[in-house]
Amino acid sequence: MTYDAILSVENVTMQFGGVVAVNNLNLHVQRGEIVALIGPNGAGKTTAFNCITGVYEPTNGQIRFNDQVIISNHPKGKMKKLYSGENYGMYSKVKNPTPDKVTRLGIARTFQNIRLFKTQTVFDNVLIAKHMRAKQNVFSATLRLSYAEEKRMRQETYALLEEQNLLHLKDEMASNLPYGLQRRLEIARALATQPQLLLLDEPAAGMNPQETQELTAFIHSIRDKYQLSILMIEHHMDLVMEISERIYVLDFGSLIAEGTPEEIQNNQHVIDAYLGVSEDA
Amino acid sequence: MNRTKLSYKDYQNDKKTNYAIGAILIVALLGGIWLLEQTIAPTHIVFSILKKGAIYSLVAVSMNLLNGFTGLFSLGQAGFMLLGAYTYAIFTIPVEMRDSVYQYFDGGIIQFTIPVIAALVLAGLVAAAVAALIGLPVLRLKSDYLAIATLGFAEIIRAIFQWDKLGVLTNGSNVLRKYPTFSSTLYPFLVAGICIALICLLINSSYGRAYKAIRDDEIAAEAMGINLFKHKQQAFMISSFFAGVSGALLAMFQTTVTASTFRVAMTYEILLIVVIGGMGSISGSVIGSFLYIACSEWWLRFLDQTQFINGWQVPLLRTGFRKVVFAVIIMIIVLFFRKGLMGDRELSVSRIRAGLHNLIVWFATLPARIKGAGRRKKRQAGEKTTVTDTAQKTKQEGGADQ
Repeated sequence: MTYDAILSVENVTMQFGGVVAVNNLNLHVQRGEIVALIGPNGAGKTTAFNCITGVYEPTNGQIRFNDQVIISNHPKGKMKKLYSGENYGMYSKVKNPTPDKVTRLGIARTFQNIRLFKTQTVFDNVLIAKHMRAKQNVFSATLRLSYAEEKRMRQETYALLEEQNLLHLKDEMASNLPYGLQRRLEIARALATQPQLLLLDEPAAGMNPQETQELTAFIHSIRDKYQLSILMIEHHMDLVMEISERIYVLDFGSLIAEGTPEEIQNNQHVIDAYLGVSEDA
Repeated sequence: MNRTKLSYKDYQNDKKTNYAIGAILIVALLGGIWLLEQTIAPTHIVFSILKKGAIYSLVAVSMNLLNGFTGLFSLGQAGFMLLGAYTYAIFTIPVEMRDSVYQYFDGGIIQFTIPVIAALVLAGLVAAAVAALIGLPVLRLKSDYLAIATLGFAEIIRAIFQWDKLGVLTNGSNVLRKYPTFSSTLYPFLVAGICIALICLLINSSYGRAYKAIRDDEIAAEAMGINLFKHKQQAFMISSFFAGVSGALLAMFQTTVTASTFRVAMTYEILLIVVIGGMGSISGSVIGSFLYIACSEWWLRFLDQTQFINGWQVPLLRTGFRKVVFAVIIMIIVLFFRKGLMGDRELSVSRIRAGLHNLIVWFATLPARIKGAGRRKKRQAGEKTTVTDTAQKTKQEGGADQ
């Protein structure tokens, strides 16, 4: 285990009833690294994301962020008998923060199926993400006593939209944007929460090859500009191989391989389970 | 003068003028009411419409804050109004009157009074405090279940306040009366106006945006760092606070309070106003409430009375027919005008200015357009006679092109 890991997922198992969706997942992301999580449909990739961001309480295991345990759980109640994962009894602490607390710590995410605030403008979508870190309460905000804070939020939103080349669209309704731009806006909104770690759930889904190319450059640029570490789920292999420094491969909830893109491309398990053999070979 | 059509957005940046016009409109409204009071007999029905309309505006806006802006479908509004009304009445009945009001309960246990304004605020605070407690279990429920739970709460509150054992405080099922009331129509307008202004400020603040985010997508809102429970409870408490204040105002308007007036039907009335006005529109709720109150108390009253025209009795008009008409109106709204009068738009000064401008432009360009239409007709008539000419012309042109 390296010491500069910003995120370490340790022995995380997620079991729904009798179904083990994620089995004993161990994964870590170094500071400033781009890591991809790949695998066939239903392998448990998004479930792993949901465990990290607090949407699900993992059945067993713990997650550390910046060397602090942020999530920890062990089988309780009915799950004690039902539990069929590994490492039973290894953890005794229970810590299950709600997603907003995880976001506050500095983990932001995007969603597989875009979840923008549809009835609101592009500007307001990003502005909402600024709410969390504003120093105000409901009285000072209503009576405009914290107007300086509101002004700061607006200026930061403005600056962020300008950086992301979305400023000309700021008064558009979010639902009226073309698909590619909606994805960009979702990433911009996640950046507005000032994260250290960004989780991207299929950022290139539904994009054509050219847009995917642009996305590669875009992900690199935001990583450098905002000093981010990035963990992403993706099915576009060109993108994954080009962009990621390390890759984890999940199949049926279990990790079957990890390594650099070259290692993964030549790993027989991965080829059998997911990549397949190209027809000319 | 600019003769093109303008949208309200063209006026939005002209903030100083907008605020000035807004202030003038508010002063004009209050002045108009004052003038009415000076000229018309105070017993005229228009005053009771205005008073009740203002009170219902406040409670409708408070319900809209919850249902329209935060996306919590709550039906507890009548219960919170009841709490407000009772709190106000209990703490303001003059000590010397208490013996006659609480005649079956030896004058009650509370033997002091607090100032009217303090009682109004206290009415809101009591409602908000109860909302905070109710919210703990109830706000974890979603949509329909939340509606059922809050509806049940409102009914329980009503039953508790009618309970004889609490008579020393609530006077059981007897009425509370002889507390200070208002006579001027300006009073409910001012109180409701201030409260609605506060809700507007809230909705346009960072917290208002967070509420709307929760309404649009709970999961995304949570991922943006918005604590769902905290914000829902906050909205629930604020909404109940203003429902409590409007309950106190209603107590003042009615001059007596009994728990039996705060029935489920009252919540439905308020819900109807919110739907007519438009979910997510404050001005819609205000307009809706005045319209609804005016229709139900005044304009549609004739439906409840047998009417004769030249000795011929108009069929269907009898007691209760008004309710039938209302039911039909509701069905028409739900089926065809689901967004209500305003949808989620607001009536703002910039919209009014744009509307006026476009109206003036419409009239100013009317002569030109009539002339233009005339000319076009003539041209069409002319074209018919020369249709062969033009046909030949186009042929020639086509040939030239080739």
